[in-house]
Amino acid sequence: MTRHARLAAVAAGLGWLAAVAGAGAEGGHFPAILADQPPRLLSGFGFFDGPGIGKPAPGVVGYDLVTPLFSDFALKYRAVHVPEGQSARYHGTEAFDFPVGSALIKTFAFPADFRAPDRDIRLIETRVLLRQADGWQAYAYLWNEDGTEAELKLAGKRLALSFIDGNGAAVAFSYAVPSRNQCKSCHSLNGEVAPIGPTVRNLNRDFDHGDGRPRNQLTDWAERGLLAGLPAFDTVPKAADWRDETLAIDERARTWLDVNCAHCHRREGSASNSGLFLTADERSRTALGIGKRPVAAGRGAGDNEFDIVPGRPDQSILLARVESVEPGVMMPELGRSLADPAAVELLRQWILTLR
Amino acid sequence: MEKNIVAAVLLAAALTVAEAAAARDIAVRPGPNAAEELAEALITAEPGDTVWLGIGRYELADGLTLDVDGVSIRGIGPDVSILSFTNQQGSGEGLLITSGRVVLDGFAVENPKGDGIKSKGSSEITFSNLRVEWTNGPDEKNGAYGIYPVSSKNVLIDGVTVRGASDAGIYVGQSERIVVRNSLAEFNVAGIEIENSFNADVHGNTTRHNTGGILVFDLPNLPQQGGRDIRVFDNDVLDNDTANFAPKGNTVAMVPKGMGIMVMANRNVHVFGNRLSGNATTHVLIAAYPQDYDDDNYMFVPRGVYVHDNEYGEGGGEPDGEVGQTIAKHSGTPVPDIVWDGVTRIPEWLTWVAPEDRIYVSEKPGTRFVNLKMLSQLILPWRTAPDTDLSNYAGSLPEPAPVELPQDSRS
Repeated sequence: MTRHARLAAVAAGLGWLAAVAGAGAEGGHFPAILADQPPRLLSGFGFFDGPGIGKPAPGVVGYDLVTPLFSDFALKYRAVHVPEGQSARYHGTEAFDFPVGSALIKTFAFPADFRAPDRDIRLIETRVLLRQADGWQAYAYLWNEDGTEAELKLAGKRLALSFIDGNGAAVAFSYAVPSRNQCKSCHSLNGEVAPIGPTVRNLNRDFDHGDGRPRNQLTDWAERGLLAGLPAFDTVPKAADWRDETLAIDERARTWLDVNCAHCHRREGSASNSGLFLTADERSRTALGIGKRPVAAGRGAGDNEFDIVPGRPDQSILLARVESVEPGVMMPELGRSLADPAAVELLRQWILTLR
Repeated sequence: MEKNIVAAVLLAAALTVAEAAAARDIAVRPGPNAAEELAEALITAEPGDTVWLGIGRYELADGLTLDVDGVSIRGIGPDVSILSFTNQQGSGEGLLITSGRVVLDGFAVENPKGDGIKSKGSSEITFSNLRVEWTNGPDEKNGAYGIYPVSSKNVLIDGVTVRGASDAGIYVGQSERIVVRNSLAEFNVAGIEIENSFNADVHGNTTRHNTGGILVFDLPNLPQQGGRDIRVFDNDVLDNDTANFAPKGNTVAMVPKGMGIMVMANRNVHVFGNRLSGNATTHVLIAAYPQDYDDDNYMFVPRGVYVHDNEYGEGGGEPDGEVGQTIAKHSGTPVPDIVWDGVTRIPEWLTWVAPEDRIYVSEKPGTRFVNLKMLSQLILPWRTAPDTDLSNYAGSLPEPAPVELPQDSRS
């Protein structure tokens, strides 16, 4: 079973999608999205009926991404709300332009044992992005031990977590719930808070809403009225699934870098001063790091002189920083405490193919 | 006329009162919950507020961030109000500022895992009476930069102390309108570095026991380049005698031990009235960017540098590293007080260099100087006919106007 199919199964197991009927731009009213102050409890929004995230309220629609950001292997449940009678506007490269009153809701969770990822799932945090009149607001809510309620956490929090990984090994680590400002560090476009995930490329995949009829999210959103301006479907771009070995390694690696790095490493992002730009559409070899010397990498550079040395992964700073778990060296510098060996291997193979 | 003045004074007073009424003082005391309280205070602060640190040590596992305009963070003093990142587990720096009109004053940042205090994209930021220190001394595992404004405008760094940075103690990158004064940088790889920046005044500082004292660099492939209009004056650049401990991949890893002031690339740089002594490679080096690069918009040679009226003590006796050895091979030892690699672009080598692009040196008789007359890159000397005759470099350049900062005129 692919990871995405597993996620869908988990979601279905939680009853996540039982309330699909009546969802979409046609339903739901969540005044807390536009309130001056965020509710202290996540339930104050009314995004979910009943405890936990078991049953999304009408007007809240689940979705998934082709290639997600790595967050210490966390399972993620994503949902969107767009106010009744309105739609997000299509964009060819950036996240869609959501109308005021929209919300993006993402819940992070861990199973006790990744060999049985749909059992014993502990909810950790739910992050919300709220589209208000003067821009997006970002907040994180921390779940209680029972997974029945989540409380606003402005300052962030470190949690000692553990799980059994896919190989049966015990993993214990310090998981960081981001502070409100750290949310913005990544979700920053020209200094303003912005969504990252819901782009046409990364939404262009099937999603099973629990009715056993998986269908493409873009056409589904358009049909629901969630999305306006979708061009002819066969012309819209699609991100590579970074784990799909049938796809070209260049596409997979570039998509992985786009999703995991380019929210900061782009001309409009928090790491604009680095000159290292990793968006999927970047065409400059130097900006991509090939033969580029670091500018402010500090000890992140180690003994290596270039971000990427074609054919030489072990001399490439980029790979070392993705592999590291040491603060001050590791990249991304927020959002993870663990490394993802599969991603490291993908980037290693990709750098070997570069000339 | 008198009436108008009275009215203006009353208006100003009214504005001050209005602002003062809105401003709050938020005190966060050290203690078991201080990290969360402090993080939250910085998030919930509003323009005009001051977040106060008390006397004591704040233990922080994660970086702190401020993203609200017009907020001050003040401590009781850099020796007593201490943000300790010794057990930091995440974030690339200790304190990150992403807002404008911010004043940081009177506290210390110790042992951050990455950079010390960074501002990104700030307009009007003041770093005063601060200390950033890696308390274990020079170590390649220390963070890169102590005070680190980048992509910022109207930057004031006044009376700070930085020790132990594995790159530059005070590093200003891709910024404009900058004053660095009355500060102490010691036991760093670079004491003070101004990189890819416009309009900087660096004066009244002491840089000692670093690998290199003051660096003015311009690098390729960056969003802001073409560094220009920089004055380095009235600084004490003494005994920079710490072995280079930068991780090898960094640009500053090439800086030889005993470098006083180094100007690499850049346009219109004025170095004057400084006191240099005990710098065993050389006191002043003017050089081209020595690496290969792929960037049509980058000017790799320094354009318009004027060095004058500095005081030179003992130095040049032990040239260090590849750069020091390359210089000494052509200049002899002791290396002269002032070294220019002489690298010129080939068309100019064949014709001439425009007056505003030339290197000028005007120093007391007896000051030792050499132009190494390299055609291109340091490793490829065209011929070994160095020129030591200072009269060939007589002349001057008009000095840039002093950098005036809005936060300076208000205080």
